Parts: sequence; structure tokens; C-alpha cells
Amino acid sequence: MKRRAFLRISTISLAASAIGARAQEVQDITPLVQAITGGAKAEEGGIEIGLPPIAENGHSVPLTVKAASPMTESDHVREIHVIAERNPRPAVATFHLGPWSGRAQVSTRMRLAGTQKVTVVAVLSGDRFRIARKEVVVESAACLDEGSL
Amino acid sequence: MLLGRIQVPPSVQRGEVFEVRVIVQHPMETGFRRDYDGKLIPLHIVDRLACRYGAREVFRVELGSGIAANPYFVFPVVATDSGEMVVEWSDDRGEKGRVSAMVNVA
Repeated sequence: MKRRAFLRISTISLAASAIGARAQEVQDITPLVQAITGGAKAEEGGIEIGLPPIAENGHSVPLTVKAASPMTESDHVREIHVIAERNPRPAVATFHLGPWSGRAQVSTRMRLAGTQKVTVVAVLSGDRFRIARKEVVVESAACLDEGSL
Repeated sequence: MLLGRIQVPPSVQRGEVFEVRVIVQHPMETGFRRDYDGKLIPLHIVDRLACRYGAREVFRVELGSGIAANPYFVFPVVATDSGEMVVEWSDDRGEKGRVSAMVNVA
């Protein structure tokens, strides 16, 4: 009997901890985007987000962002912001570029705490903004507490 | 002094866009993980990295715990003159690192 009760309790607590590990909620990133654009409207598209459609492991996911821009003195991409709505800290990185970059392109490796949409906001010269999103399925999230995944 | 590596092409043409690759050795602790005693491992991240080419800052990134351990960046730069490409970074504990490479413009 005792053993059975123990098994039951441990099964429940195991299930609870599994849910706890997955409880990273999708956050509303509108305030973050607004802070970048200053409330101005961001134009959709013009950004190519290179992310694998399925990431086996959220600890290190290769990311390439390419924005369509001539990168001249009068028309270039100044900043590229990467936002992950389901990460505990959605602001992942801000890249600063300029006409000296030649191309509006950056690559890195990011963490993803679960399947989610990654948002990229580009700040163009002349205070124009572009926005794009890409969905990534993450099989094993960059976990919050060790041992849960 | 933190460890890192930089890679640029051996030689480039003037006006050519070339890629700079940088990798920094750093755990990028998120502050959410626990050790074996159940204690939270404190946040420890590189939060800034910048690249100078000659006198100009050609690339800068402000990063957070959303960047994977051992941060790796690839970015383009237009070749102007032969000179030093210097990448410097710092973490949230004030530790700094620096790597550099010579750019040879043909």
C-alpha cells in the first residue's frame, strides 16, 4: 500500500514538474516593438529570416537575418532587432549596421525556449521600420531548470 | 581577459563586401538554471560586442541571454583600406576581451 501511494504521488509530481518546464508562456511583444518604432507603423516584409523550420535543440539555433536594402548613405539599415516571444527575456539581440556594412545581413546562434514565432524588426535610415516573423518548431527547448528535459 | 577568435579573408579587393566571423568563449548563463544543490546559477552574459575597422565602428551588438553559449557572429563589411579589424566585448561583470586581425586590401 505504502509503495503504491508513493508511486501515485511521485507520478503526479513528475507530471506537474513536466508541465512547469513547459509553462513558458507566449508574451505580448507589442510593447517591445513599440519601444523600437516609437509607435510608428512598421512595414511588413523585406526581411528574410533564416531559421531551421524544425530545431532539434533550442540551446543553439542558427539564425541569419537578411534585409533588402541598397545600404547607401541615404538608404540603409541601421538596426536589426531580434525578438523571441516565448523566451523568458524576449529581447534577444540588437545589431547595429551602416552603409559601411555593404549588405544588411547578420548571423548568430540563438536560444529558443520552445516552439514559437521569432520576430525581426529592422530600423532603416530616415526612421522607417520593417517587421517580419518566422515560426520555428523546437523539439527540445532551451530549458529553464536543469533535468526537466 | 576573455577568450575569442576572429576570422577575416586573407586578402580582399577594395570595395568588396567581406564577412567577419567572431566567436567568444563564454557560458552565457541565463540566470534561470539551477545547480545540483537547487541553487540558481546567477546571470552571467556578454552584453556588448563591437567591431572597429580602422577608425570606424562597423558593427555593434547588444545581446542578452537569448544568444547561445559561446556567442558567434558573422557580419559583412566593405573593404576600404588595409588596416586592423578589432573586436572588443564585455560581460555583465565587467570582464573584457579583445581580438584583432589584419585586413589586407589588394
